[in-house]
Amino acid sequence: MKTVLEINDVKKHFGGIKAVDGVSFDVREGEILGLIGPNGCGKSTLFNTILGQLAPTAGSVSLDGTDITGMRPSDLNRLGVSRTFQLLQVFPQLTVRENLILAGQEHKGTMASRLFGPRDAGLTAEAERMIAFFKMTHLAGEKAGGLSYGQQKLLDAAMAFMAGPRLVLLDEPAGGVNLTMLGDLKERLRAINAEQGATFVVIEHNMEFVMSLCQRVVVMAEGKVLAIGTPDEIRANPDVINAYLGH
Amino acid sequence: MIRAIRDNPLATVVAVVVAAILLLLPLTLARFGNYMMSMWVVMTIAAMGLNLTLGYAGQISLAQGAFVGIGAYTSAIMTTQGYPLIVPLLVAIVLCFAIGWMLGYPALRVQHHYLAFVTLSFATLAYLVFRNEEWLTKGTYGIFGIPRPTVFGISTKPPLHFYYFSLFWLVLVSGLMWWMVKSPWGRAFMALRENPVRALSLGIDTRRYTLMAFAIGSTIGGIAGVLYAPLVEFIDPNPFALALSFNLLLMVIVGGSGFFFGPFLGALIAVLLPEWLRDYTKGFYLVAYALLVMVLLIYSPTGLLGIIDKYMAERKTRAASAQRAAARPTFTKEGQA
Repeated sequence: MKTVLEINDVKKHFGGIKAVDGVSFDVREGEILGLIGPNGCGKSTLFNTILGQLAPTAGSVSLDGTDITGMRPSDLNRLGVSRTFQLLQVFPQLTVRENLILAGQEHKGTMASRLFGPRDAGLTAEAERMIAFFKMTHLAGEKAGGLSYGQQKLLDAAMAFMAGPRLVLLDEPAGGVNLTMLGDLKERLRAINAEQGATFVVIEHNMEFVMSLCQRVVVMAEGKVLAIGTPDEIRANPDVINAYLGH
Repeated sequence: MIRAIRDNPLATVVAVVVAAILLLLPLTLARFGNYMMSMWVVMTIAAMGLNLTLGYAGQISLAQGAFVGIGAYTSAIMTTQGYPLIVPLLVAIVLCFAIGWMLGYPALRVQHHYLAFVTLSFATLAYLVFRNEEWLTKGTYGIFGIPRPTVFGISTKPPLHFYYFSLFWLVLVSGLMWWMVKSPWGRAFMALRENPVRALSLGIDTRRYTLMAFAIGSTIGGIAGVLYAPLVEFIDPNPFALALSFNLLLMVIVGGSGFFFGPFLGALIAVLLPEWLRDYTKGFYLVAYALLVMVLLIYSPTGLLGIIDKYMAERKTRAASAQRAAARPTFTKEGQA
């Protein structure tokens, strides 16, 4: 299977703290890869380092064989790499529809066409499709700041998919989402994965969510990769059990 | 157009009434009244520029007064040498765009009150240039006899004529501004204000939009300055000291930062309210003015339009909950049985 993202011995140190300490793994085209590990093991820092929010101390990241280490997040995003954040990141003063249009508008045209062209950057139809797909039709005209936490979380995920990305990194998409919505979210993610062939990397603490959604799981502990394998292999791995239950 | 009227009858009525006032009221006013109306127009334009930088894009600037100064000096220097006003207008647009763009660079490194200080020092620098570079600006002596333009053979020397002339520019600048903030650019500016990290992760080139917000906001300040000089007919460095930048900031905040019509109301309060109060409170008008502004900002930190926005949101919530209540199934005795 083709490799989309290759993470090669990436390190990120903050002073004496080795938040990410030599992580290597591949992400294969079309897969849903889980990234788990105890709090503070460096998962989110790894995401931020891969996506250009932080410059790595050492190591490299490549997308389709091209080096993207330290590339600006906006440039990376226009190459089709999208993400969500651990903490909620929607634009509260914009409506749901505008949040989605915003998420897609920089992916086509030029600065000039965005000023003189259509007001919605030609994205209303796509935004409506995404709104329907995430079952938010009744909320389309509401300001995002007025939505419930779970609804904002869904919107956050929907925004990451607006521009038809190839690779999406989701940082705790299920955090604080109730059970009904969680099922919805899982079903949506599966559908996008199947329909668009988008590749996902998912950080999540909800084990049931990760084990039922992902084809492979990477386990991190103390800045290093502890194990990589299918959900069944990970469940049976004594090192993983040890890392979660303590030494 | 017709759809806009049908969808929003209240806004249409307000727009018609306001347009009528702006067009007809000055006919009933004396020279000083028309002078003050023109001043309101010029300050509204300047505040509109700051509202783009601060209100929409969230980048604090305490240098808007300096750009009004740059525009005013460009206008004064060139028109007193015989150039028609359109020439300094174009020069000021280019000049303020370039300087505003450069002033945006610090905003890529620092934010909030640090950025306020950087822009404040630029405003001080500009003031010193106006005051000390006598070869260019005539320093504290000022520039006299700034001519008012003649448009299609009609002189704008009478205050009423100049008022209509400046009103034309207000309408033009507002129209262009409206076009921009409703475009994807406007959305990107707001994204910059609300969450620059997320904006960056959505492919928005936050660096370019930050510089654009500064450059365009400053340019609009410069346009206001170009009109300011022929309005007052004499300029010296003092009106462009820091107080003007603070005053423009006040207009944006009081009117409602980030609301399109905020600067219109803000300038109304900052320019016309003190003059109006002067008639009633004699020597205390500035005290009364300060108290009113303080009370307003304590009551509504989001400015005058923030009050209306809050009221509309509450009405919408009430309507929605009434709808839900009506849709809820009610149980009668038969229903329970």
